[in-house]
Amino acid sequence: MPAHLENEQDLVTAAKAGDSDAFVTLVNQYSRHIYRLGLSITGNHHDAEDVLQEALLRAYTALADFQANSRFYTWLVRIAVNVALGKLRKRTLWKESSLDEAREGEDGSFIPLEIESWGEDPEKACLNSELQQILADVIQTLDPKSRTIFTLRDVEKFSIEETATMLGVSIPVVKTRLLRSRLKLREELTKYFGKDARNAMPTSRR
Amino acid sequence: MRCRQVVDKISEYLDGELDPELVRELEGHLEHCEDCRVVVDTTRKTVEVFCDTEPSPLPNDVHERLNQMFTQKFRKDPS
Repeated sequence: MPAHLENEQDLVTAAKAGDSDAFVTLVNQYSRHIYRLGLSITGNHHDAEDVLQEALLRAYTALADFQANSRFYTWLVRIAVNVALGKLRKRTLWKESSLDEAREGEDGSFIPLEIESWGEDPEKACLNSELQQILADVIQTLDPKSRTIFTLRDVEKFSIEETATMLGVSIPVVKTRLLRSRLKLREELTKYFGKDARNAMPTSRR
Repeated sequence: MRCRQVVDKISEYLDGELDPELVRELEGHLEHCEDCRVVVDTTRKTVEVFCDTEPSPLPNDVHERLNQMFTQKFRKDPS
């Protein structure tokens, strides 16, 4: 979650009064976060750009509804998540993913297969841009609902309760999906950062 | 506590939401189980790397089209 803009309250007030420059300053601070969120959920750059543009337009149109006592970024993320999920629903991915839920609650525990400690910390093992690409790639190994939950909780740092509310799912569903996502991503990242990593790093910094 | 239970409790353990008694049991297990230590440690690192990595700046073309969108929107709708 990005840092709170110091003058955010003033910018919101000015934007609500019709100052479009204030609105642009406000959302420019968050645009790359919204783009990454859209990319994580939809899985492609084209849709991520649509999510960004549409979310910002909707936010501008609905600015009068924004309650000044809540955080602007949280409000904006809610809008972006709705736009992104709308795209998934159109592609029916969200619906297919929901069917998986029937299997939750059964003993479908995730058994770790990769038992290998990591060498250098990922931040030291590769360039930031390479790490970004690896994270964007491995998150796509999750199903759409799990990667949306993981992104809101572990990337954007919303609470379990906030994540459940935003997605209209129960807290146990968030917890179960989060656990399985973390374990699955751990396995995927071990392929890059494990001491005997099989995946070649993009550069020779390893 | 057995390995399977450690895996089931990892999320709550890492989030500091596990009951203190279960924390003691889990950490007791970790003292003698190298595999679970590795799984817990690498799961913690997984959460940290996602949590700590700042997003890249917007790609130039995306940024440009966003600015165009604003210009168009605010020209049409000066309110």
